[in-house]
Amino acid sequence: MIAQRLAGERLHLSHGPMDVVLRGWGAAHEVAAAELAAAARFATILQELVAELPTLRAAVGAETRLDGPVARRMLAGCLPFARQGVFVTAMAAVAGAVADEVLAAMRAAAPGLRRAYVNDGGDIAVFVAPGESLTLGMVADPAGSPARAGGCARGPVADFDGTLSLGHGMGIGGVATSGRHGRSFSLGIADAVTVLARDAATADAAATLIANAVDVESPAVRRRAARALDPDSDLGDRPVTVSLGPLDEAEIAAALDAGAARAEAWCRAGLIRGAALRLAGRARIAGASVPALPEHAA
Amino acid sequence: MSDRVSAQARSEKYGQSEGDGIIRCDACPVLCRIRPGRSGACSRYANEDGQLVRTDPALALAQTLEAGRPVVAFAEGAWDGKLLDPGRAFVTGIGAGTTYPDYKPAPFIVGATHAGVDTVTVVTEGMFSYCGVKVKIDTDRHLGPEAAPVRAKGEQVGHVTTAEYGSQMLSLGGVRHLTGGSKKEGNVTCETLLALCAAEPVTLTIDGGHEVVVQAGQAPIVDGTPERRMRVGCGSATVGIFAQQWLGHADEVIVVDDHITGVLSEHQAGKVLGMRATGIRVRGRRSTPGRYFQVAAPGLGWGGTDITDPLAIIESIDPKLAWPGLRLLLTSTTGEDALWCVLDEQLRPIPAEMPKPVRTVVERIGENCEPSLCTVLFMAGAGGSLRAGVTENPVLLTRAVAAGEVRVTMGGAPVYLWPGGGITVMADVLRFPGNAFGHVPTPALVAPIEFTLPRALYQRLGGHMDEIVPVEELLRGLGEQLRVEGWMPGNPWPFAKP
Repeated sequence: MIAQRLAGERLHLSHGPMDVVLRGWGAAHEVAAAELAAAARFATILQELVAELPTLRAAVGAETRLDGPVARRMLAGCLPFARQGVFVTAMAAVAGAVADEVLAAMRAAAPGLRRAYVNDGGDIAVFVAPGESLTLGMVADPAGSPARAGGCARGPVADFDGTLSLGHGMGIGGVATSGRHGRSFSLGIADAVTVLARDAATADAAATLIANAVDVESPAVRRRAARALDPDSDLGDRPVTVSLGPLDEAEIAAALDAGAARAEAWCRAGLIRGAALRLAGRARIAGASVPALPEHAA
Repeated sequence: MSDRVSAQARSEKYGQSEGDGIIRCDACPVLCRIRPGRSGACSRYANEDGQLVRTDPALALAQTLEAGRPVVAFAEGAWDGKLLDPGRAFVTGIGAGTTYPDYKPAPFIVGATHAGVDTVTVVTEGMFSYCGVKVKIDTDRHLGPEAAPVRAKGEQVGHVTTAEYGSQMLSLGGVRHLTGGSKKEGNVTCETLLALCAAEPVTLTIDGGHEVVVQAGQAPIVDGTPERRMRVGCGSATVGIFAQQWLGHADEVIVVDDHITGVLSEHQAGKVLGMRATGIRVRGRRSTPGRYFQVAAPGLGWGGTDITDPLAIIESIDPKLAWPGLRLLLTSTTGEDALWCVLDEQLRPIPAEMPKPVRTVVERIGENCEPSLCTVLFMAGAGGSLRAGVTENPVLLTRAVAAGEVRVTMGGAPVYLWPGGGITVMADVLRFPGNAFGHVPTPALVAPIEFTLPRALYQRLGGHMDEIVPVEELLRGLGEQLRVEGWMPGNPWPFAKP
């Protein structure tokens, strides 16, 4: 495991494919205790997950049984959507579940924290004490603009085009973003789907599944079987998006409508609090918690 | 010879081929199976043409409170909560990548504020066709004649150069072996240099001499026998150091040394102590009284000679001067070999049990020897196109480096900068972080190099000002791709005032 301090008092923890960036606010001793607890908890998570990897990569159903605390958070995050008849594996919630678990460890070690977040690759668990608020930036297009020409750019630094202020009592403990630009495969073509939910595991699973639903049949969409790219993919032979050419306005609208229909249904069912969907410079909003987003043609 | 740093070896270390071009990565417990052209779940390891490669672009060295320890040893329970902050981080050239040809700006040009001075570090990995290693082997044993070819896997990779005080020097690599010989010679040279730079053991043979296993920081192994001690001094020096302690316990002491054998009673040290002449004459050419050259042929025996029977170096014993009962000590310059004799009635030296006071002094010779080590200095010239990655007017960089205004480090390791033209540097490979060296098929070595200088000077040198990135931003931008290691103890912090 690697831990390092980033600018702005943030702590970066890394182990294998897992990276979290976290920060807590409060009395200095509380923050220090929270960071130590986070690092201690984080250190063993990967091994715990690997122990149950075959089950985690299988379709979630009523009969799925998992033992580890993070695995169970993953299952809990996915199960409501599996019950809606959607194919999902527990891996859809892995990042969010890790963030939830680390945040829980921080809060247990530092009950006086005023606010905190744990960001696992864009899937964020948040805590806000009464009277506090936390502002998050929202990403229009995770592929974004390259940070700078030449020089140091090794990964895109995304543009923010929306901000979200989370307060205590909003019932939002997780914010997750999914799309075809992330590390994971997407069955859909969304640039980004951001979901607000009670916890990060739920938000993560929902964002993945709504992004999968942002889809349209078009010659511009190139797909390949997930296993042809990653022999261990939990998506098996399902076709995942590998590239996307230019879409016309009707195709964009159709794809966003398909995703928005799923998002709105899940908002109404109380599974998520809200969602923002983006594709090719267009956006859709579902639920009440998400601010309106600017639109711009790609 | 192992070859830990080559891409193939790294691939073999972390990955297993599973057929169909798939590699199973063992770098972490996830054990991703990675298809060609794709990376694992972490994005840090990728399958490139059937080889598992690390995609890491950079290594930051962190100045830890307890130098030399990893910044985060938390898993071992030692983490003190002190983590990497940009003010304590130095970005090295390791993994920075290289822009060849170098007319593009170096991969990272880092701006940082240190001690109130706005500082710039230009970080790159240099491709060095003109490079090699200087090897110092602490031994008096004869490894081979000066200028003899040194071979690895049968290919000449360098030559024996001077013998220094207690050490044999080898010069390996260099452009003539890397590029001037056959393709195989170039590849074996590159491989040998890489292994030596990675502090791995390398077996070398010397024409007309012996086999020696060289590993930075370890004792040399000569024809299968590990060397233990570096001599306390030459034979003459040994006589000088211990003369007083032998006085009254021995009538004559001969310190056998391939370079300068010392004979106590005749030596200035014996004279000063008023020792009686013994008439024992050793072989070889007398340089000055009590100091003899070429007492035997060089070899693996006593004191770097081929002598295994030390009495063989006695040419004559003058009956007019010697006496029955004369007590004679023969010892090597390390005290590892020693013989005590007493002359009989016919003035023949007869081995006898060494008296305790004499034994004590012989042991003290050993005690005063330092452990025999191999040291490896990487040497390269950075005076070529690499400079264009740093500034638009390369000669200004050369001049500023020569003037001491620009600090040069390699992977954070301090370098010795040769006076004179160009940017010719030497650095101890043990002061580089792990896996600092790589190679390209040219063949040439790839080594990290950093130039650190005040921002204003960088501007004057025609630096690529638009490419300067604040260190915080670089650390953040590299994020997960950054490898963080503790600062090497003893390496000066590059931002310190020269």
